[in-house]
Amino acid sequence: MPEPSRPITIEVLRYQPGSAPEPYLQSWTIAFTDDMSVLQALQHIKDHLDGTLTFRWSCRMAICGSCGMMIGGRPKLGCQTFLRDLYPGPVRVEAMSHFPIERDLVVDSGDFMAKLQRIEPWIVPREPRALAQGEYLQTPAQLERYEHFSHCINCMLCYAACPQYGLDPTFLGPGISALLTRYNFDSRDAATARRMEVASSEEGVWSCTAVGYCSVVCPKQVDPANAVNLNKTASAVDWFARFLPGRGK
Amino acid sequence: MQGWWWRDPYFMRFMRREATAPFVAAYAAILLAGLASLALGESEYNEWLEALKSPLSIAFHCLLVAIFAYHTVTWFAIMPKTMPPVYLGGKRVAGALITGAGIAAAALSSILIWILVSRGAP
Repeated sequence: MPEPSRPITIEVLRYQPGSAPEPYLQSWTIAFTDDMSVLQALQHIKDHLDGTLTFRWSCRMAICGSCGMMIGGRPKLGCQTFLRDLYPGPVRVEAMSHFPIERDLVVDSGDFMAKLQRIEPWIVPREPRALAQGEYLQTPAQLERYEHFSHCINCMLCYAACPQYGLDPTFLGPGISALLTRYNFDSRDAATARRMEVASSEEGVWSCTAVGYCSVVCPKQVDPANAVNLNKTASAVDWFARFLPGRGK
Repeated sequence: MQGWWWRDPYFMRFMRREATAPFVAAYAAILLAGLASLALGESEYNEWLEALKSPLSIAFHCLLVAIFAYHTVTWFAIMPKTMPPVYLGGKRVAGALITGAGIAAAALSSILIWILVSRGAP
């Protein structure tokens, strides 16, 4: 027996540079079943009602981090948000806050990608090692130090949640701080000093005002607010360490 | 971004927490004034004590108690976000337990000080 369907209205803040100079709201009422996500609603609209609706998506299972958007004013993954929880609606869908909009729900992630490059998001080995010497070993305790920070899927929801990033886009931001911590806390890595220069800079972790909403909206429980604050401590320790004998500049 | 804190109840709670900070600073100033008057001499210190007993001061202190309680609870609520993971017996201590322990410690020490001050009062 087919699942009963219910009607719901989806309102999308559209931006179509070229055909309309200003963003505008457009609504569609569709029938949904209990297993339908907001992403599926957008796919239904694109396939059957308006082929010009533009949005990013890929995996449909909260792994790729492509379908971040504002749903009811909150940063969420479209694939992880179900229409049954938003009934009777209407459901307002907008592009992620704090990012320049390219078209409809697609934002320009160039700033995030540039910041990601700055923190060298890869393991920098302590010493060169030949393949024959085998793998870099790590204990479960060493893995646990950084593992949850490595779950970041670069969805940028934490940036859409961060008012500080909205006020000052030069701020390094929560997600990049979490990834920076992921590598700095890895026992196999040796680039902590270089990444701490980024973390301790003017636009680094000290710009955070500890709102903490980044950790609330994170779909992977990465806890970027904790990463930022751990780096504040590390940055302060670095600063005071210069007064120790043999460490002064 | 103007008025961004109205957008979400979470931001409103954050702003409420931040708004308690000037009151904490104000109370620190009151205590510092007491310390300064103690350094100046006995009569100055007694004047400070008398000033604390004024109805305006008592009303302000009642307000401060409520604000400090809110500040304490919200301060410990964010505490797990500010510290490295804590392990007990090989297991990671949950954030809620750290928050609960902090609030309990603050409440117990407040009660203890209350008892000590009550007993010492003439």
